[in-house]
Amino acid sequence: MARTLAEKVWDDHVVRRAEGEPDLLYIDLHLVHEVTSPQAFDGLRLAGRPVRRADLTLATEDHNVPTDLVQGPIADPVSRVQVETLRKNCAEFGVRLYPMGDASQGIVHVIGPQLGITQPGMTIVCGDSHTSTHGAFGALAFGIGTSEVEHVLATQTLPLPRPKTMSVTVEGSLPEATTAKDLVLALIAQVGTGGGQGYVVEYRGDAIRGLSMEGRMTVCNMSIEWGARAGMIAPDQTTYDYLQGRDHAPSGADWDAAVAAWDALVSDQDAVFDKEVVLDATAITPFVTWGTNPAQGCALADVVPDPQALPEGNARDAAERALGYMGLTAGTPLRNIAVDTVFLGSCTNGRMEDLRAAATILRGRRVAPGVRMLVVPGSMVVKLEAEREGLDAVFTAAGAEWRSAGCSMCLGMNPDTLKPGERSASTSNRNFEGRQGRGGRTHLVSPQVAAATAVIGRLAAPSDLTNDSAESGQ
Amino acid sequence: MDPFVSHTGTAVGLRRSDVDTDQIIPSDWLKRVERTGFGAGLFSEWREDPSFVLNAPEHRGASILVAGENFGTGSSREHAVWALTDYGFKAVISPRFADIFRGNSLKGGLLPVELPADVVATLMDLVENDPEALITVDLEAREVRAGTVVESFELDDFTRWRLMEGLDDIGLTLRHGDDIAFYEEKRPRWKPAARAL
Repeated sequence: MARTLAEKVWDDHVVRRAEGEPDLLYIDLHLVHEVTSPQAFDGLRLAGRPVRRADLTLATEDHNVPTDLVQGPIADPVSRVQVETLRKNCAEFGVRLYPMGDASQGIVHVIGPQLGITQPGMTIVCGDSHTSTHGAFGALAFGIGTSEVEHVLATQTLPLPRPKTMSVTVEGSLPEATTAKDLVLALIAQVGTGGGQGYVVEYRGDAIRGLSMEGRMTVCNMSIEWGARAGMIAPDQTTYDYLQGRDHAPSGADWDAAVAAWDALVSDQDAVFDKEVVLDATAITPFVTWGTNPAQGCALADVVPDPQALPEGNARDAAERALGYMGLTAGTPLRNIAVDTVFLGSCTNGRMEDLRAAATILRGRRVAPGVRMLVVPGSMVVKLEAEREGLDAVFTAAGAEWRSAGCSMCLGMNPDTLKPGERSASTSNRNFEGRQGRGGRTHLVSPQVAAATAVIGRLAAPSDLTNDSAESGQ
Repeated sequence: MDPFVSHTGTAVGLRRSDVDTDQIIPSDWLKRVERTGFGAGLFSEWREDPSFVLNAPEHRGASILVAGENFGTGSSREHAVWALTDYGFKAVISPRFADIFRGNSLKGGLLPVELPADVVATLMDLVENDPEALITVDLEAREVRAGTVVESFELDDFTRWRLMEGLDDIGLTLRHGDDIAFYEEKRPRWKPAARAL
């Protein structure tokens, strides 16, 4: 029978199937970080259970990490205890940890692909909803809660109901000045925060094929923001070129065997998806959010929408509430919105390509007076590579702060936060109330829009920059 | 986990859609390494507003939360479930839940009950007009009863059985240790593994 990519990967991992019960699914890789794991390790200890496959478990420190430090100790005692607890747990249960200061440390979803341990056809879980990032390689990757973290530590499996599948076909190619981030923000605005709920989504079409691995990761990363359990992209030559030669990638005859298996990871021609969505890439322009959920977004060229134009009910109520929180008035051109903070980083946009794109825009220009820009590489490897290319010098010459690897201002669990009322243009993934710090106001943007916004001081695209703006900030 | 068969209690209505996990339990609370004590952090930023519905004295002791659609959207933090249960909630009723939150609830002894939007609206009106109104969430019958409302909800047989028995999921899976070992035998050898310590 014809099957979708997601169904093939699922079927390959069924340990046990019984009528009236969820499938028992084998997990190839379990990524662990300090926030969602301590209670799971406690559970193991209480029950006297070991970690079944420490060799398929990998831990790093990211959420709490202060990015102005490479090594500890962390000043916040509560954060410090959480990180120290992870270290103790990993030592006790034999789990490989990449701690602060380690050359391989970084955001959990940045280091997996970078190490080459994220590969096509795998099942990958982590106690973090942005685990969907790894789906860019054709892996079935999804976030889990702490009870499930404990379950995977103890059994290397999860009992799960078979998900429905959806295809998102992005036709045509993206316009020159438009990025993977704009694509996914436009998609979320179209389908809504709950549009993917219950589905594993496969992104396909020419625009997806045309994306680099890093762009594909940005798209898959934000799958959860429209409710999808996971997002996947079938592996192709772009995937193989990225993987080959990486630390954990197979080599020699193993590489050939792996590629032969990966080549089969496509949805069959006549496979049936439970739902299909089509998007026209050619119509997408730089896209930003104006509200407090990732679906409340529109083209940068637009104005803040009028809630009264929405049908009475949830959407109107939510829009009214969001404008109140964001301190915005309907009808204001988005390009008139001034920010005081720009954040470039996170598991969505903290990789080399993102930094390069922003640096290209900032080279020879200055961050506008009164604007603070944080540039936070997604991993220590990204940091060192960027420094080899001299990107750090470009950022600091522009007046931005160059930091060390971590989740930083994406989520307000470390010293990098917004103060009440502050407004950011952020390359991260969530614009929820208080997400970047209590009372903070977040506009989600691409790295290119972030860089242009930093220079102009208001939401802007690179096309808004003239040669004059290179001097205006001086 | 305590068995859940049926629960009757008063309710509080949260008339908002897309209530995300960052609102249910702000990230500052996630730094804790314990599993208890999260009730104090439940909706902590919204609770600073004296007019927030959870602060209303007439809703004190409510054990069922009635909320708008897409409840629990956002992060995978199970702390959101721990905050709701620690505060005293046994069930949440909404037209739609985010997947990970729903899964976490079913592991953590908080029953996520999905009902049609018009029924949720009726329940919302009911508890706003009469904070003393009792709602029964009957897992055995897979039914919600309140005032004139009698509405069945869906939950698969296996999960219902597990919740009614209060069974440990991990214990259930470990019964299939042979199946897991058999699967591991035939995994391709080129699949990646972490570097040994």
